[in-house]
Amino acid sequence: MAKEARLVQGNQAMAEGAIYAGARFYAGYPITPSSEIAEECSKVMLKVGGVYMQMEDEIASIAAVIGASLTGAKAFTATSGPGFSLMQENLGLAVMGEVPCVVIDVQRCGPSTGLATKPAQSDIMQLRWGRHGDQIVIALCPATVNECFALTVTAFNFAEKFRVPVILAPDEIVGHMRENFSVPEPGEIAVIDRKKPSVSADRYLPFAADADGVAPLAAYGSDYVFHVSSSMHGRDGYSNNDPANAAWRVAQLHRKIEMHQDEIVLTKSFAVEDADVLLIAYGATTRAGRAAAMEARKQGIKAGVLQLVTLWPFADKEVAALAKKAKTVVVPEMNYSGQVAGEVRRVLGSGAEIRRVNSYNGEIISPQDILKAIV
Amino acid sequence: MSHATGIRYLKDGVLPHMWCSGCGIGVMLGAMLRAFEELDYKNTDTVVVTGIGCTGKADDYLVTNALHTTHGRALAYATGIKAFNPSLHVVVLMGDGDSVTIGGNHFIHAARRNIDLTAIVIHNFNFGMTGGQVAGTTPGGRFTSTTAWGNPERDFDICALAEVAGANYVARETPYHGWELKERIKEALDKKGFSLVEVFSPCPTHFGKNNEMKQTREMLDWFRERGLPVERYRKLSAGEKKNHFPVGKLVDRDEPDFNARYEEIRARATAPEG
Repeated sequence: MAKEARLVQGNQAMAEGAIYAGARFYAGYPITPSSEIAEECSKVMLKVGGVYMQMEDEIASIAAVIGASLTGAKAFTATSGPGFSLMQENLGLAVMGEVPCVVIDVQRCGPSTGLATKPAQSDIMQLRWGRHGDQIVIALCPATVNECFALTVTAFNFAEKFRVPVILAPDEIVGHMRENFSVPEPGEIAVIDRKKPSVSADRYLPFAADADGVAPLAAYGSDYVFHVSSSMHGRDGYSNNDPANAAWRVAQLHRKIEMHQDEIVLTKSFAVEDADVLLIAYGATTRAGRAAAMEARKQGIKAGVLQLVTLWPFADKEVAALAKKAKTVVVPEMNYSGQVAGEVRRVLGSGAEIRRVNSYNGEIISPQDILKAIV
Repeated sequence: MSHATGIRYLKDGVLPHMWCSGCGIGVMLGAMLRAFEELDYKNTDTVVVTGIGCTGKADDYLVTNALHTTHGRALAYATGIKAFNPSLHVVVLMGDGDSVTIGGNHFIHAARRNIDLTAIVIHNFNFGMTGGQVAGTTPGGRFTSTTAWGNPERDFDICALAEVAGANYVARETPYHGWELKERIKEALDKKGFSLVEVFSPCPTHFGKNNEMKQTREMLDWFRERGLPVERYRKLSAGEKKNHFPVGKLVDRDEPDFNARYEEIRARATAPEG
C-alpha cells in the first residue's frame, strides 16, 4: 500500500523526525524562522508522554535540555542566529559534560537582528567555533524536507552514540519550504539509544571511555549516582585540576569524534564522476547547484555537485578526492565571507581554482547566478 | 533519636573544605546534609545542582547526584531535570551572584512557574570567588574591590523577589542561626513548589575586610543585631525596619506546582475526543 504523502514544511518535518527518533523533551524560546518547530512540539509532546517547555530565554532553553538529557530524555531545542548565539556557553557544557542533545539552528540573515525572516548560510563558522575553549562538534545541514526528517533522526543518533551535542543547521528556505512527505514506518530508519552502564553502581565512572571512545551514560534517578561538571573533571566526574588530566580530557573530547569521522561525515554527489566543474554546496543552495549543473551539461560543460550533508567535521577527504578530478571548483553559499569556500581552500591549497558565488542580501542564490560562474 | 550528622552524603577525604575561615557556606552545607538525613534522602533520588562561585564548589563534597553548571544558570538546568522526572529531589545551590545578579531572569521565572525545586542561596554581599567585586546584592554605599568609594546602586531583597514572583516557600536564616537554618531547609525540601532559603553569610575575606568587619565575629554580630524573627520585624515602624531584616519563615503557601499543572493540561491533550 502506497503511503499517504502530505505537503509538509521543513520545520514540521524536523519536529516529526525528533519524535520518531524518540525525543521526549523540548525546551525553547520562539524565534523566527524556527518557531513552527516549537509549535509542533507543544502539541505533540503532551500526547506522547513527553514534556514541552517554553523557557525564559535561549540560555535557559539549552540548559533545561541538558538537564533533561542527563535525567534520561532524548532532548532538543530549536532556534535561529540570535538565540543560537545565546546558547553557546551552555552548549559548551554539553560538550564538556558529554551530554547528548540536539540543537536546530534555522539560519537567518544577520548580523544581529538582520533580516529576521530571510535566509542565510552565515552561521557555518559559529556552528564550529561559537563556544570558547578547544572542542569539536558535529553539524548537519538538510537540503530538502525529506532530509529535514531523516537528518533529525541522524542528529539524535549521533548525539546518543557519541554523547555529544549535535547541531542541525538548515537555512530559512529549507525550514519553511513545503514538499510532499510521508513519515517512515517505525523501524524504517534506525534509531540509536545511548549506551547505559552495565558495571555495578559502585564502580560506575561517567567519563571512563570504552574502546569506542564513548563512556556509558546513566540517568539521574537510576541506580547509578553520578556527577557531571562544567569544570575540568576526572573519570569520576569530580573536578580535577591536574594538567595531565586536562590534557587527557581535551584530547578525548576530540578523539571520540575523530575516530568515527568516516561514519559521521556524510555527503551526496550528483553527476560528479566525469565532472570538470565541481560545485560544492549545502542546504538550499544544493538545489540551485543541481539545476545549474544540469543546465551546464546541456551547454556541453561537464558539471556535478558535491552536497555537504555533514558540515562539521568538514568533508576533507571527499572534497579532496573529487576536486582532484575537476578543473574548477565552484562554491555557492549565502554568506559574504565564503565560510565553506575557505574550508575548501584549506583542503585544496592555494593553487586550486575556486570560484565563489555569494549572496548576503537575504535572497536565495539562483541557478543562473551559479551558471554564470561555470560558463 | 540520635542527631543527624549528614556525613553519609559527604565524600570521603575531602575535608577540610576549600572555603575561607569564617565563611558560612560550610554551615549551610552541614545544615543541608543534616536535613537530607532527617528526611532520609537517597543519593539515587537526589540531584544537587550548583552554579559558579564559592557556593558553586559545593558539589565537590557530595556523593549524591550532582550537576555543576555555568554561572547563573543552575535553576534552568534544574528545571529540565525536575520537569522530566518529578520524583527526584532537586536542590539548587547558588550564590547571590548566581541567583539574582547574572541569573536573575531564571530566578524569577523558576519562582513564577512554581516548579518544585529547593533553591538555597548563600548571600555574602559580593562576588567572593573573584576577589570581592560588587554584586546586585551589595547594599548601597558599601565598599568592594570595584566600589572603592562606595556602591552607588541599591541591593535586591532576594526573599521579596521570590515572594512576588510566586514562590510557595521563602525563608531567610544566617549561620548564626544554625539549627533554625536546618529546620528551614527541611521545610523547604518538604514543600511542593518553588522554595527559597536565603542564607546571609559572612565573607570576612572580602566584604568584611572592605567594610570594617574583618573579623568573622563582627559580621555575625551584624546578623545577630540586625536580624529579627519575622514576627518581631513586622511590628517595627517603617523607619526601624531600615536597620533590620527579618529571619525565619517569610512565605508559606500551597499553590499548585508546575508539574501538577502540567499533568492537568496533559489530561486535556490526551482526553478521548467527542
